[in-house]
Amino acid sequence: MSGALRLPRGGRIDRNQPVRFTFDGRGYDGFVGDTLASALLSHGVHLLGRSFKYHRPRGILAAGAEEPNALVTVDRGGGRWTPNLRATQVELYEGLVAKSQNRWPSLAFDVGAVNSLVSPMLGAGFYYKTFMGPRFVKGAKLWADLFEPAIRRAAGLGEASRDPDPDHYATRFAHCEVLVVGSGPAGLAAATSAAQSGARVILCDENPVFGGSLADDNHAVIDGMAADAWAAATIEALAARPNVTLLPRTQAFGYYNHNLIGLNQRLTDHLAQPDHRAPRERLWQVRAKHVVLATGAIERPLVFPDNDRPGIMLASAGRTFLNRFGVKPGTRVVVATAHDSAYRAALDLAAAGVQIVRIVDLRESSEGALSVAAERAGLPIMRGATIVGTSGTTRVRGVRIGRVSGRHVTDLESLACDLVLMCGGWTPSVHLFSQSRGKLAYDEGSNSFLPGTPAQDQVSIGACAGTFGLAQILRDGHRAGHAVIKMAVEDRDFAVVGDDESTGAGFIGATPHDRDPTQVKAFVDFQNDVTAKDIALATREGFRSIEHIKRYTTTGMATDQGKTSNMNALGIASAELGRSVPSIGLTTFRQPYTPVTFGSFAGLSRDALFDPVRETAIHGWAAAHGARFEDVGLWKRAWFFSRAGEDMHAAVNRECQITRERAGLFDASTLGKIEVVGPDAAEFLNRLYTNSWTKLGVGKCRYGLMLNEAGFIMDDGVVGRIATDRFHVTTTTGGAPRVMAHMEDYLQTEFPDLKVWLTSTTEQWAVIAVQGPRAREMLAPLVDGLDISAETMPHMSLQVGTFQGVPMRLFRVSFTGELGFEVNVPADYGRAAWEALWAEGRKFDAVAYGTEAMHVMRAEKGYIIVGQDTDGTVTPDDAGMAWAVGKTKPDFVGKRSLGRPDLVAPNRKQIVGLMTDDPRTVLEEGAQIVGDPTPARGTHALGHVTSSYFSAVLGRSIAMAVVEGGRGRMGETLYIPMPSGSISAKIVKPVFYDLEGVRLNG
Amino acid sequence: MVETVTLARSGSLAGRRMASVTELAPVARFSFRGSEATAIKLGEAFGARPAVEPCRSSVAGARSALWLGPDEWLLIATDQDAGTLFAALETALAAEPHSLVDVSHRNTGFDIVGAGGAGLLSEGCPLDFDLAAFPVGMCTQTVLGKAEIVLWRFAPLSFRLECWRSFAPYVADFLAQAADNQD
Repeated sequence: MSGALRLPRGGRIDRNQPVRFTFDGRGYDGFVGDTLASALLSHGVHLLGRSFKYHRPRGILAAGAEEPNALVTVDRGGGRWTPNLRATQVELYEGLVAKSQNRWPSLAFDVGAVNSLVSPMLGAGFYYKTFMGPRFVKGAKLWADLFEPAIRRAAGLGEASRDPDPDHYATRFAHCEVLVVGSGPAGLAAATSAAQSGARVILCDENPVFGGSLADDNHAVIDGMAADAWAAATIEALAARPNVTLLPRTQAFGYYNHNLIGLNQRLTDHLAQPDHRAPRERLWQVRAKHVVLATGAIERPLVFPDNDRPGIMLASAGRTFLNRFGVKPGTRVVVATAHDSAYRAALDLAAAGVQIVRIVDLRESSEGALSVAAERAGLPIMRGATIVGTSGTTRVRGVRIGRVSGRHVTDLESLACDLVLMCGGWTPSVHLFSQSRGKLAYDEGSNSFLPGTPAQDQVSIGACAGTFGLAQILRDGHRAGHAVIKMAVEDRDFAVVGDDESTGAGFIGATPHDRDPTQVKAFVDFQNDVTAKDIALATREGFRSIEHIKRYTTTGMATDQGKTSNMNALGIASAELGRSVPSIGLTTFRQPYTPVTFGSFAGLSRDALFDPVRETAIHGWAAAHGARFEDVGLWKRAWFFSRAGEDMHAAVNRECQITRERAGLFDASTLGKIEVVGPDAAEFLNRLYTNSWTKLGVGKCRYGLMLNEAGFIMDDGVVGRIATDRFHVTTTTGGAPRVMAHMEDYLQTEFPDLKVWLTSTTEQWAVIAVQGPRAREMLAPLVDGLDISAETMPHMSLQVGTFQGVPMRLFRVSFTGELGFEVNVPADYGRAAWEALWAEGRKFDAVAYGTEAMHVMRAEKGYIIVGQDTDGTVTPDDAGMAWAVGKTKPDFVGKRSLGRPDLVAPNRKQIVGLMTDDPRTVLEEGAQIVGDPTPARGTHALGHVTSSYFSAVLGRSIAMAVVEGGRGRMGETLYIPMPSGSISAKIVKPVFYDLEGVRLNG
Repeated sequence: MVETVTLARSGSLAGRRMASVTELAPVARFSFRGSEATAIKLGEAFGARPAVEPCRSSVAGARSALWLGPDEWLLIATDQDAGTLFAALETALAAEPHSLVDVSHRNTGFDIVGAGGAGLLSEGCPLDFDLAAFPVGMCTQTVLGKAEIVLWRFAPLSFRLECWRSFAPYVADFLAQAADNQD
């Protein structure tokens, strides 16, 4: 059974396709083409929600995106749960499950409505006033125990799903010559004329069916066709063009720089049984050469007392429900208006059999064609009158009206009704124009802000530009479509019959009434429950700018961004302050125009695609051999290799011990690698590193230290000279992109004269470190006869050769202090090379070790890790590496800074070793170091622990730290205060193992 | 008079824009850096003469040169191993200041072929793939989602995508998801 208020014919619904749905558990039916709002109205259901602050019963105010009240949650099950959807935009489908929000235990009986009784406490600035109130009353913490929990409970509207979103979302970058936003008469005419040139045109509209206001118009005839039929024919012609993309259900939510427009397209929410493999929404980022905004206008409510009861809606909404959906929104209607257009709604409703109880026109007179027509039709009109109150709880039951006489209202009269339509005039939708940084101009004549000069390649047409006559709109649209693509403009006149040509400036502000202003609630912002008296209070408390009034009262700050309230708020402030509207200003229109799901913004960037996960060529082997991985930037690095039953500690101890005893293999592929090539390569490195490179022979390596301009260590790594004009530079794993950018920056901006080029080769080479006393033995059988003896290939040398037939760069380097090599092979051979080395290593039970063991072994040798032992404030001297600075070099990046007084000051923090008195105690990295075993609060910290490990080889803990004047404190005992007590430790040189360094020369 | 009527033909998959994504077989790749004059010399030895017009490519048989920057080209050869070709090119350029670096293993290549290719790429790449804006022969460094890529259109419906090897699984997964997201 269809709703009792459904008309037998008319509208865009399909009466042959009934659908069933539930709202708050109760079953209803409607038709394909309905929205949740229109279907509920067909059953006489007006109560859809509770207001945000006072929990007042609320109904449907509007018929579109501007709806502030009728917010519902749609639950599809399985985590598909979407709150805060406007019932006026939720398309009906078979089995739709919708729920009201902000009520408990039920919509009709809501405990939160008690807020209405204490509403004097919840007035403007309530939140701010609680901040300033007493913090304690008789020992009770007011803020922490009372206000904050209460505000947190009350804050936010709707409930988010607690399950992961099971849907997925698409993104699309698109380009076009013309983007038309809005498919009403202006948008259709513009899209059609632009498309005729062959230009790529995208036309988007938030509604499921194009046509905009034409769908509500059953009077106008365009070029001999009924308005809706004309729209359908125009859309069909556009759809047939290959250069036109039509995007229904697509909200243009943001206008950004360089004509980038964000569109959100809803793809499956309207389907009863969506294919869950298909994306739910698609985020379009459209780069348009020209933008045509045809976003229409939004009707303003009238701000009279108790204007928020269910059954009080905008006049245009009443007409939309009647004409577009074939639903009578009520049976006895009072129309309150300050603009002619409401007469059209009254005429349409009267023609459909709705009783017009009274038309209450705030204006003393109106000669518009529509009011004349209404008079002729015998509708009861009362001019110079207003509504001063309404009755009814969950549905309006009557109004009190009276005659306006100055600031007073006389001749009060009560009327019974079940529907009130109101019209304060029209507010052009300039949101996108404003977001594009276009300046708005206030038009006194129409009480509205209109688009001024566009800031981007953009034009506004139709109602959003303040144009309301249909013939004019179509002419403007056609012209704009040509003009934006710089075609010769051929004006076209559309034959329009039956256009309403409704006129009037309407009204902004609060309408007059004789009631106690402190006792009535006349709502301005329905969604945030802001009333006329809240705004008046804000002005009395000293606020003058609308930006301040907005924040103090929260008017316009709800999810609807004040679509229906901004102008009335301005009108009230203007009247209270006795200043003109433009002098009070207009708040910024922010993106998004309507809320956009997080899923849509995230797009593909979730789960496995959240970020690229970089794996080395050897990753698969490591995973298959018990590796646990750690994240280093985007890289996955093998952290340690756990054997059966081993915890991390045991695994790391074993890896360190066996590497030092025999040999270990380590995947160093993630080290940054940059090939520096060109005749000036050595000179370039001289300028970028502290070290001197000119005399480094081909086939030799050197440890390089890189400073930033401030003189602090920014990266380090071994650099090998492959040829006179070719260096193989290595960087830290995390520093690779930064170092490359730093080098390229200097090369391009400071040294463009140098003939040298940089190429990232990080991913060209798989790098396998072979470390330990038996490393040579492991490697020798695989290098195709290359002589790698200590004589031919001493520490810090390199050779180019082959590894089992594939190209190899072999470095003799060590980050463990042991005899060591780093085998570089082209990455596709990395896994096979590793497996070959592993097979050799198995012969004497070598290990594979991970980054943790690498960290321990380098700390045993006191080798720093940039970014761990340094923090961007450490100079080479602080790190004990003054030896790496070429004293005779004329210049290098950071050299001048090294002479700054602060950088040569005594008592700088220097890197030292720490040995805890208790060898079993492993210090916490980051722990502060002081000189006093029982430091008072505020004691100056001398430094902090930078690296700390348990060394299995030494059988004790070791640590590195930065300590003020550290190198002068050798042997001194300092203290590391921890919650469990102070830990004492002795300052030592930062080298703990093989102090003479003989092992790496093995 | 008899009028001849041409009937429109429509295939069984009319409207579906599909594309294949395949991994490119191993090839020799070099990053070549140097002046335009050196590039001309290189062209003589390499076969494909590097384009001096920005974002354009040149192809000669199995050799392709892609302009990536004012002094930077990506050279691709499918007919010779990298080591041999590297030596030959270095010999030819011995007298010229330049940089030639073997990056054969650094990159992974994908061929994206079919009417739906541009749609897949538009899921994560902000460029305009209209043939007028991105003509055949155009190549550029750009992004796909969060991966940096080199993109080259070598035929109206054929793109080559190159990325660093560790980004290849991300790119492959991204393109697969993008395929699911098409209409």
